[in-house]
Amino acid sequence: MSSKTLSFFDRGILSQAAADAFRKLHPKAQLKNPVMFVTLVGATLAFGQLFTSQDPLGYVLQIAFWLLFTVVFSNFAESVAEGRGKAQARALRDSRRQLVARRRRKDGTFESVDASQLQKGDVVSVTARETIPGDGEVIEGAASVDESAITGESAPVIREAGGDRSAVTGGTLVLSDTLLIRVTTRPGEGFLDHMISLVEGATRQKTPNELALTILLSSLTVIFLLVILTLKPFGLYSQVTFSITTLIALLVCLIPTTIGGLLSAIGIAGMDRLLQRNVLAMSGRAVEAAGDIDVLLLDKTGTITLGNRQASDFVSAPGVGRDRLAEAAQLASLADETPEGRSIVVLAKEKFNLRGRELTTSHTFVPFTAQTRMSGIDLPAAGSGQPARSIRKGAADSVVRWIESQGGTCPAEVRTAVDGISRQGGTPLVVAEGRTVLGVIALKDVVKGGIKERFAQLRSMGIRTVMITGDNPLTAAAIAAEAGVDDFLAQATPEMKLARIRAEQGAGHLVAMTGDGTNDAPALAQADVGVAMNTGTQAAKEAGNMVDLDSNPTKLIEIVEIGKQLLITRGALTTFSIANDVAKYFAIIPAMLVGAFPAIAPLNIMGLKTPYSAILSAVIFNALVIVALIPLALKGVAYRPMGAAAMLRRNLLIYGLGGVLVPFVGIKLIDLLLTSLGLA
Amino acid sequence: MNHSNAWLQFGLFVLSLVLVTKPLGLHLMQVLDVRGRTFLDPVVKPFERITYRLCGIDPEQEQSWIGYTLSLLMFSLVGLLFTYFVLRFQHLLPLNPQHLPGVEPDLALNTAISFTTNTNWQSYGGEGTLSAFSQMVGLALHNFTSAAAGIGVAAALVRGLARHTASTIGSFWTDLIRCTYYLFVPVCGVFALVLVSQGMIQNFKPYDTAKVIDSTPIQVPKVDEKGQAVLAADGRTPVLEKKTVETQTIVQGPMASQVAIKMFGTNGGGYTNANAAHPFENPTPLSNFLQMLSIFAIPSALTYYLGRMVKNARHGWAVWTTMFVLFVGGTLVAWKFEAAGNPIHQQAGVSATDGNLEGKEVRFGVFNSALFATITTDASCGAVNAMHDSFTPIGGLVPLFNLQTGEVIFGGVGAGLYGMLIFVVLAVFIAGLMVGRTPEYLGKKIEAIDVKLVMLVLMALAAATLGLTAWAAVSPWGQAGLNNVGPHGFSEMLYAYSSAVGNNGSAFAGLTANPADGDVRYNLTLGGGMLIGRFFMIVPILALAGNLASKKRLPASAGTFRTEGLTFVVLLLGTVILVGALTHLPALAVGPVVEHFLVKAGSLF
Repeated sequence: MSSKTLSFFDRGILSQAAADAFRKLHPKAQLKNPVMFVTLVGATLAFGQLFTSQDPLGYVLQIAFWLLFTVVFSNFAESVAEGRGKAQARALRDSRRQLVARRRRKDGTFESVDASQLQKGDVVSVTARETIPGDGEVIEGAASVDESAITGESAPVIREAGGDRSAVTGGTLVLSDTLLIRVTTRPGEGFLDHMISLVEGATRQKTPNELALTILLSSLTVIFLLVILTLKPFGLYSQVTFSITTLIALLVCLIPTTIGGLLSAIGIAGMDRLLQRNVLAMSGRAVEAAGDIDVLLLDKTGTITLGNRQASDFVSAPGVGRDRLAEAAQLASLADETPEGRSIVVLAKEKFNLRGRELTTSHTFVPFTAQTRMSGIDLPAAGSGQPARSIRKGAADSVVRWIESQGGTCPAEVRTAVDGISRQGGTPLVVAEGRTVLGVIALKDVVKGGIKERFAQLRSMGIRTVMITGDNPLTAAAIAAEAGVDDFLAQATPEMKLARIRAEQGAGHLVAMTGDGTNDAPALAQADVGVAMNTGTQAAKEAGNMVDLDSNPTKLIEIVEIGKQLLITRGALTTFSIANDVAKYFAIIPAMLVGAFPAIAPLNIMGLKTPYSAILSAVIFNALVIVALIPLALKGVAYRPMGAAAMLRRNLLIYGLGGVLVPFVGIKLIDLLLTSLGLA
Repeated sequence: MNHSNAWLQFGLFVLSLVLVTKPLGLHLMQVLDVRGRTFLDPVVKPFERITYRLCGIDPEQEQSWIGYTLSLLMFSLVGLLFTYFVLRFQHLLPLNPQHLPGVEPDLALNTAISFTTNTNWQSYGGEGTLSAFSQMVGLALHNFTSAAAGIGVAAALVRGLARHTASTIGSFWTDLIRCTYYLFVPVCGVFALVLVSQGMIQNFKPYDTAKVIDSTPIQVPKVDEKGQAVLAADGRTPVLEKKTVETQTIVQGPMASQVAIKMFGTNGGGYTNANAAHPFENPTPLSNFLQMLSIFAIPSALTYYLGRMVKNARHGWAVWTTMFVLFVGGTLVAWKFEAAGNPIHQQAGVSATDGNLEGKEVRFGVFNSALFATITTDASCGAVNAMHDSFTPIGGLVPLFNLQTGEVIFGGVGAGLYGMLIFVVLAVFIAGLMVGRTPEYLGKKIEAIDVKLVMLVLMALAAATLGLTAWAAVSPWGQAGLNNVGPHGFSEMLYAYSSAVGNNGSAFAGLTANPADGDVRYNLTLGGGMLIGRFFMIVPILALAGNLASKKRLPASAGTFRTEGLTFVVLLLGTVILVGALTHLPALAVGPVVEHFLVKAGSLF
């Protein structure tokens, strides 16, 4: 994405956010955040006190301004969080201005219409250098498409009719050839529109956990409102006059403004963090659910193993030298451009120093087909007495059938080797020349480096991994053991995936999975977090609640971590916010009472200079702490995979105990500064 | 003062508490299970069966949370009205050897509410106002049933946690009957006998009159021929007249049976006005010890019940430990400040080594008074063996703070556990996020509705305590009831409403809630506070129980928030102290905290 490298603290974003922070002071904008609304009302009342208060004017004025700043700082945090998304949305919008589509009429001819008028079911034609006008499915043709507008990836991808690569997205560019596309979305509801509104945060709704937290914060606000409202009569009884300004100051200090002011920024930043990793979450709810996941269904290929199998060994038949086997295998693979084929050439070179030869004589390559399940090479008889050679490699049963058809037999040792390789999770390819079986090439899945450690981390976080594979149970078990997954589902069909998800959910687990094919759609929809690959079909993308624009299934693990980080950040700042109140009481309560009861001076344990400076310092600390915590809210608290118990201890110590202690220091410092500047 | 003796007694108390917790908890598991078996079955089962048949109750028919709540509310309302009328018409009812008149409407209402809500706030003056019948029937009924209902609510909440995808949380009627029959009646029967063995009275005799050796001149409010107080010109201050005390009336009555349930059911309403400070109501050190132990017995055992029911015994002990730490902390603070005594007394020449003995029974001394005060306010018992009003400011702050935590430090029978579980849910919700998952408590996700219910309770309690205190503090009727001025007077009001809302019932004894001029507002506001404290807690709790029961249970893993062990105890402690302190700190500052510093500076109130 064009704005991918944009930092939160980019100058443009910051200045835009600063302007927005004041614009958002509108009371209506604050209503959705009760804590900040109360603060805003408090600030307004404090300004009103300028005319009636008996406190020094400078004190009232400073309190009023700092209360206002508290709201502004909170708005600022939200605006900064939104900033990157907004910039991205602008870039996306630019990519789709005034598109003209060529729509097919009933009679088969084409007419030019504005793209915004395309209806679901319309068929359009798009040729090279043209932008696809809307989301749809390719019904005819194949073309290379530049999808960088959405994925940020500039390498073109192939889109063709039929199969799993038929989905195209509006706003992407056709680089070659012509496509006939059936539009599948209504105008304004396309993927790009959706993406724009998501990154902009326009459709943001409170997630369940955010809602619960808002209830907690609002209730605490009500309780503190009661505390302050009753303090006035308590003062009357004690013949102490508590000024309105001071009571408002105390109220705002006590209500959880820190978390209240940063709550929405945390949520937006969480979605944004996903976006930075090119994952588009369809809702904040999905991000939150990602943190709760305790079962991951991972496709073997691409996630656990490298995409391709690689040749790992040559096992020759009795009476055949391994070098002869390697030579034949290499010959048969020379024209085989698949990664497996290339790995055979490489292995032969490495093990037997056989260089890939230029074939001078005329020869025929026999390509792999689904019917023969073999490939190979036919060499004519050479002049120097070399007989004609015919070499094949392929699945054991196919090759055996081939030699048997020529009157050959397969030695028992070769069969044993074939079974042995299968049992260890490998794929055996039998190589034969003419009617002689030369031996077996072992192809092996290569488990990605570091993945085992990753799974161990997940396990310590309480997350179980289940490998999904089409392999037979033996092969699957071997790879599962090597990769260190907790469980596997062999010979998996989409129905089995769905059944597995239901079973896990029935036992109370929350399940995440990735998928791309149309037949993955039901499972993606059933999973608590379903991540569809962007290369996948439209059906898969609609069924999941996240789309990975990079189509990298390993990212599921990162998604879970981001979800957790989001929740931890919320919890940490809530704890911090509430713990802060202790110090604020110690600053403000003695200041309020010391005038009437000089004997309580020892209660001013921070040794704050004057009652006014004490209260003002607490209010300023309360406002500034929001600013100080913006980076934490946006980046999320440092997250390391570890068990819940250790994580709780660590976070309680930092944010709980830290929350009690930090404001004592902060308020004292501000008090020193204020008094030295003569402001209080 | 002999500290080692005090420590020894404290150690003995703690040891005894630990020892009763498990056996009583195991007994509770059987009592609270309709199919449970106890060693009392051969004797009690027939009575239980007959009761079910007479009342038309199917004991196995469980109720939804709404059904449970409605049954409880209806039962409470009927009981409340019954007691109200018993008190109003006690002069027409038997067992009234003193020929005490019917109770005034506001006082009768206050008292009926007080006992229905397990508060046992006594606006009336014990033996001087109520007949034996009123006490034994009108009040003792509630001493049993309000305690049983409290246990029922706690059990319903625990069932909500233990069950999953369920629609019922038990049967109120079964819980009520089984708790009464298998727990309170048998235990109190034995306990009463033990108390009698210590010299506590149990009879239906008229009060004795003894001639005093030293006649004492006193001033008492003047009374007209109708028995109404004569007021001065301002219409508020009673006119005093001089009298000489020649005789003393000595209370008689069925005291041991009343005291047994008063303590074991954390009721606290004394037979006498002096409560457990009266030599008949607390004759020996052993009776004092047993009374203290019986206050904590059920609340402590209920934590064990919790742990076993949710199949996580360590969780039960973690909750117990939290309560225990708060209890020990409170005791040590109160003891330290009472032992240190009052600096003003000391300046006047009183020996500092005795500590503050004002308002204390010398039989019990400083330590046992401080311990009793802490226990009775930790649990919502409210019986007292010393006058909390006469404690030093910080010594008095401890009971006051205990009340304001919402009575969760062991707490009232049942009420302590369900009150503490509110803090558990709150702690789990806030800190649970910090492990990176939607907070869950024992496998139940804590969602918006649960937070709403929990916060509703905390808001209602804070609103009632602070709001009513504020009202009284600025009203003439409120200030008229005070025995002291300044911050100490404020503490009296704050204590009264904290006690009412916390359903404790003890008083900073100075406050006159039933004034001679017949002003009804203390009686009514305290009554309102008690109702809020009881039912604004019970109804949301039962809703929470129903909601938790209906949830799926998530299996535990390494990523699950643990509700046992040291970290959890620290977290829960922090939550109780922080929420309690943050809500009440300004009020406490205006009361005992200011007073503490003023006393140090030499002022008295």
